Amino acid sequence: MIAQLTKSERQLALIILLAFTICGLAMAIAGRQDPLGVHGAIVMLAGIAGIFGVIYVYYEPEPDEGRLALYYDDPTKVAIILAMIWAVIGMFIGDWVAWQLVFPNLTFDAGWSSFGRIRPAHTSAVIFGFGGNGLIGTSLYVLQRTSRARLPDQISPWFVLLGYNLFCLLAATGYFMGVTQSKEYAEPEWYADLLLEIVWIVYFVIYMRTLARRKEPHIYVANWYYMAFILVVAILHTVNNLAMPVSFGHAKSYSAFSGVQDAMTQWWYGHNAVAFFLTSGFLGMMYYYLPVRAGRPIYSYRMSIISFWGITFMYMWVGSHHLHYTALPQWVQTLGMTFSLMLLIPSWGSAGNALLTLNGAWHKVRDDATLRFMMVAAVFYGLTTFEGSFMAIRSVNSLSHYTDWTVGHVHAGALGWVAMITFGSIYASVPWLWKRERMYSPALVEWHFWLAVAGLFTYVFAMWNSGIIQGLMWRTYNSSGTLSYSFIETVIAMKPYYVARAVGGFFFFAGAVIGLYNIVMTIRTAGQPADERAADRPVAQPTGVPALQPGE
Amino acid sequence: MEHETTVWFAKSFGLFYLIAMSIGVVVYAYWPKNKTSFDSAAQSILDPSVEDKPYEAKRWQ
Repeated sequence: MIAQLTKSERQLALIILLAFTICGLAMAIAGRQDPLGVHGAIVMLAGIAGIFGVIYVYYEPEPDEGRLALYYDDPTKVAIILAMIWAVIGMFIGDWVAWQLVFPNLTFDAGWSSFGRIRPAHTSAVIFGFGGNGLIGTSLYVLQRTSRARLPDQISPWFVLLGYNLFCLLAATGYFMGVTQSKEYAEPEWYADLLLEIVWIVYFVIYMRTLARRKEPHIYVANWYYMAFILVVAILHTVNNLAMPVSFGHAKSYSAFSGVQDAMTQWWYGHNAVAFFLTSGFLGMMYYYLPVRAGRPIYSYRMSIISFWGITFMYMWVGSHHLHYTALPQWVQTLGMTFSLMLLIPSWGSAGNALLTLNGAWHKVRDDATLRFMMVAAVFYGLTTFEGSFMAIRSVNSLSHYTDWTVGHVHAGALGWVAMITFGSIYASVPWLWKRERMYSPALVEWHFWLAVAGLFTYVFAMWNSGIIQGLMWRTYNSSGTLSYSFIETVIAMKPYYVARAVGGFFFFAGAVIGLYNIVMTIRTAGQPADERAADRPVAQPTGVPALQPGE
Repeated sequence: MEHETTVWFAKSFGLFYLIAMSIGVVVYAYWPKNKTSFDSAAQSILDPSVEDKPYEAKRWQ
């Protein structure tokens, strides 16, 4: 894979890796006993490992010019494998956290394994590790196919992918050591944020440079969603992470904002991370993989455009619905609530568009678990966006906020929408990328699908029940006007639901493990007939691909 | 800049520019002439005659 690089690219790779090594060394020296020192050592080791990797193939013959006539899919392949590995790690930690809430002794009396540290490790591993790698991998794939242009060079995609995974590693290891900015979904400290900043700008530049060479003047809608994801995440990340480090030898930093401004900035970031990381990017995935897998064009291209601009205009304003009944001015809360309600239009536009695309191809949904993953994703996208708009109403929020209902809502979105569309897209791309006729075992894809659906429903129903009970118990008064239940009574009432949630989470985790195994076996089982779609030759009407007839 | 001024600006200008952008998007999406390019874009990802490789084998300059 590294041998695919040309001589000058290998030299450039060595220079970049050397820079990483030196930065890591400087961090390690400046940080000393501080967690920054440990992270410096990690960065340095990553740089050295990369240098060895490049030197190992440095004198191999250069790749021929023929490579330029093909798409550059190596980074996508690696991203998909990394996404699945992060999924398994993140879901394992998630289920562990879930069991900790049932059996608090599962911290094993260690600081690093306490709830407050492994919970962000879970969220970062699944959102950034699994989701982010899935997005980077599929976006580079979709970008090249829809532009019909090869990526501009062979170094920058690797810089983005590996730099991003280094960021994820710094984030996860930092939490275990207690490094955090205490901003939800933006926990990593200043030096990791700087790394992500550079990586993200390069990612956007790759997108622009490839689009600049596209064949069709019209940019396919999936690319708009992916671009919104990249651009807005860059803005959000930059603003919310404005901070001053205590010193260059210290991991700790202080935010540029304070008080209610800090809260508003954080939730402007937080909800737009949901909007542009967990929604826009994955909609890009959906608008490419779902029509291709179903063999039908998107039901209404016009609706996809209106939905796109609706999402970009309206999502930006909804963050304040996280701060109902706080010191935030009332009108700002109302603004967030109103925009959340209006957001239902573009959200259901996309969800309806996806389901109407499948209308007439339900036999394919029945027979093809990969397409079924995408169908469930579209359904849960519709459900979760409805629920989210509803929960943003101030009076509903007074019941739901701070309860498990929020956790249930997030997981309906994360498991039902984000993970399902990602698994569907990965199962669709793996045979195309590795030129296999199909996945190693379609039966295991079915197993994964049903485990994921069972886990999803168990999880979400458990949290809906527990959340509403919790919310009602917190606001029940007796005849003398005092609270009927002590806090610990509400905790005890949650226990059965916590058990159910942890079991559901285990199902979902087990499905991901099966998925990883199936993907590894698909890659390792050579000698299968290649999928016609992925064959690198003119497609002279191959037999047996009725799935690709337009307008069927 | 006073808080009151900011609020006034956000509530007035904010309302009109968002409405204007919304109208602009709907007009663009439903402009009859655009239909052909939208339809061909929707079909483009499904075209079986398209090979799975870049349309020109030129190196990025």
